[in-house]
Amino acid sequence: MRWINIKPSRGTQVILLLLPFVLIIVAYTMGSVARLTENPNDKLLPSLAGFADAINRVAFLPDPRTGEYLLWSDTAASLIRLFAGLGISTLTALLLGMAIGMLPYLRALLSPFVAVISMVPPLALLPILFIVMGLGEVSKIALIVIGVAPTMIRDLTLKALELPREQIIKAETLGGSSWQIALRVVLPQVLPRIITCLRLQLGPAWLFLIAAEAISSDSGLGYRIFLVRRYLSMDIIFPYVVWITLLAVVTNYILDRVRIAVFPWSELEKQA
Amino acid sequence: MSELIIRNVWKEYGDQIVLESVSLTVESRAFVALVGPSGCGKTTFLRILLGQEQPTRGTILVDGDPIPTEPGRDRGVVFQRYSVFPHLTVLGNVLLGKEFSNSRRIAKLFGVARRNAVEEARELIAEVGLSGAEQKYPAQLSGGMQQRLALAQALFMKPKVLLLDEPFGALDPGIRSEIHTLMKRLWHETQMTVVMVTHDIREAFTLASRVVAFERRRDRPEEKQRYGATITKDISIWPPRLAGVPSKFSPDRDGPINSLGYHRDDPALSGE
Ligand SMILES: Nc1ncnc2c1ncn2[C@@H]1O[C@H](COP(=O)(O)OP(=O)(O)OP(=O)(O)O)[C@@H](O)[C@H]1O
Ligand SMILES: [Mg+2]
Repeated sequence: MRWINIKPSRGTQVILLLLPFVLIIVAYTMGSVARLTENPNDKLLPSLAGFADAINRVAFLPDPRTGEYLLWSDTAASLIRLFAGLGISTLTALLLGMAIGMLPYLRALLSPFVAVISMVPPLALLPILFIVMGLGEVSKIALIVIGVAPTMIRDLTLKALELPREQIIKAETLGGSSWQIALRVVLPQVLPRIITCLRLQLGPAWLFLIAAEAISSDSGLGYRIFLVRRYLSMDIIFPYVVWITLLAVVTNYILDRVRIAVFPWSELEKQA
Repeated sequence: MSELIIRNVWKEYGDQIVLESVSLTVESRAFVALVGPSGCGKTTFLRILLGQEQPTRGTILVDGDPIPTEPGRDRGVVFQRYSVFPHLTVLGNVLLGKEFSNSRRIAKLFGVARRNAVEEARELIAEVGLSGAEQKYPAQLSGGMQQRLALAQALFMKPKVLLLDEPFGALDPGIRSEIHTLMKRLWHETQMTVVMVTHDIREAFTLASRVVAFERRRDRPEEKQRYGATITKDISIWPPRLAGVPSKFSPDRDGPINSLGYHRDDPALSGE
């Protein structure tokens, strides 16, 4: 049989899915054991027990200085910034993207402008944001918005333009006004796309968030990682990285489930 | 009443002349079939009637008034594809026109208004043989069912003129003959004038009251750009077919049809 036609069974699939993760953990443990036998005070690759200890400290014991449970307060601070940034971006993208996609005048006015703006490297703007908006929450949220909104606007514009012309014409022959067509024909069809787009922007959004937190903050997951870096606390950095990844993966999964639950037709279309 | 007068219409795209001096008078409630070789401008002509394209020269009158320069409620349309909205159920698709006209602001009906519209829509859905499929999405329907849905959706708004662009071209012969029977009955029962583009000469002569052929008079490669297509044949079916009038000569073939019975691509009776 050809390789392209050989498919794994259910059981094999699960094993294959877990394999890379198990391999990483095994490789890490081996490396860590090797280094620790050489020098018990090595900080670079802590043992699993060292991780458990560090996680216990940051997640389940109050910080002696502030009395807060660091992991949770950092997570809350970061997630609030992240979701505020993504929420604002989504709304902007929805409004602007649809409008640019539907209205030729607005397209002529804004489409090249958005294309240029989306090429500005957001991190290069960070100093300006800090200077103009101060070091507080606003500048961090603004960085996420500047980082992800232009791409989302462009993606939604494309989606609105991709709708078959026939559909829009058909809606016109049914008597729909521009507003009604936007509301009942275009909006429902771009909503599933914006969820997908949001999933793809989770990565960049975290990137900008951590960058902003690393530079100026007093809480947040990114802040903590860069703070403990000074003490070479790999036992905290690694769990934080895994935790951030986990948060992103879960958000990604939930968003896809939401799309299928709220827009069942979008899944049917994919299969059709 | 819905008489169409087309006077000396030309259509050019840049240098290329697509249609030249097309003149045609379509009496109210006629059923005109447009035939012609591929690329001769049939779709272009239909788009002009629809208001999606403007003629370069010439005038078009509906009941004595120039046609509006954008698609509207008086002219319904069914395309070969993309005629129904993938995000709406069968019922939602048919209702949409009513929701546009009866709810300017949010284009959605509630309560009694909705119940009345739903009742009306269900009747029409049954009439095109889709009862039982009201809650299905287009992706769950066969090609023939989708086209019947597109017909129902257009007819719900009671257009003066119905424009069809190869609506049954992609259907297999069995389903096509069923949809022909339906089309004929709808033509007899409603007040509309029908203009249908088709590649199937037999379809043209089975359904239409008049068959009009478009062709380029000169079709040598070096002349293609400079000479457009025009009407070369205009055949009125004899004995005449009149909407709503039983045929004296072959009533079962040409007269109004009363009952349709079961269709091949009806929703399965088992429910799913
Ligand atoms: N938007 C456009 N810009 C430039 N040329 C066009 C445009 N639309 C159509 N044409 C040209 O007009 C001619 C007629 O096209 P049209 O689609 O009307 O043909 P048709 O008779 O419907 O063909 P078919 O039977 O294959 O559907 C073609 O030569 C095509 O290249
Ligand atoms: Mg065509």
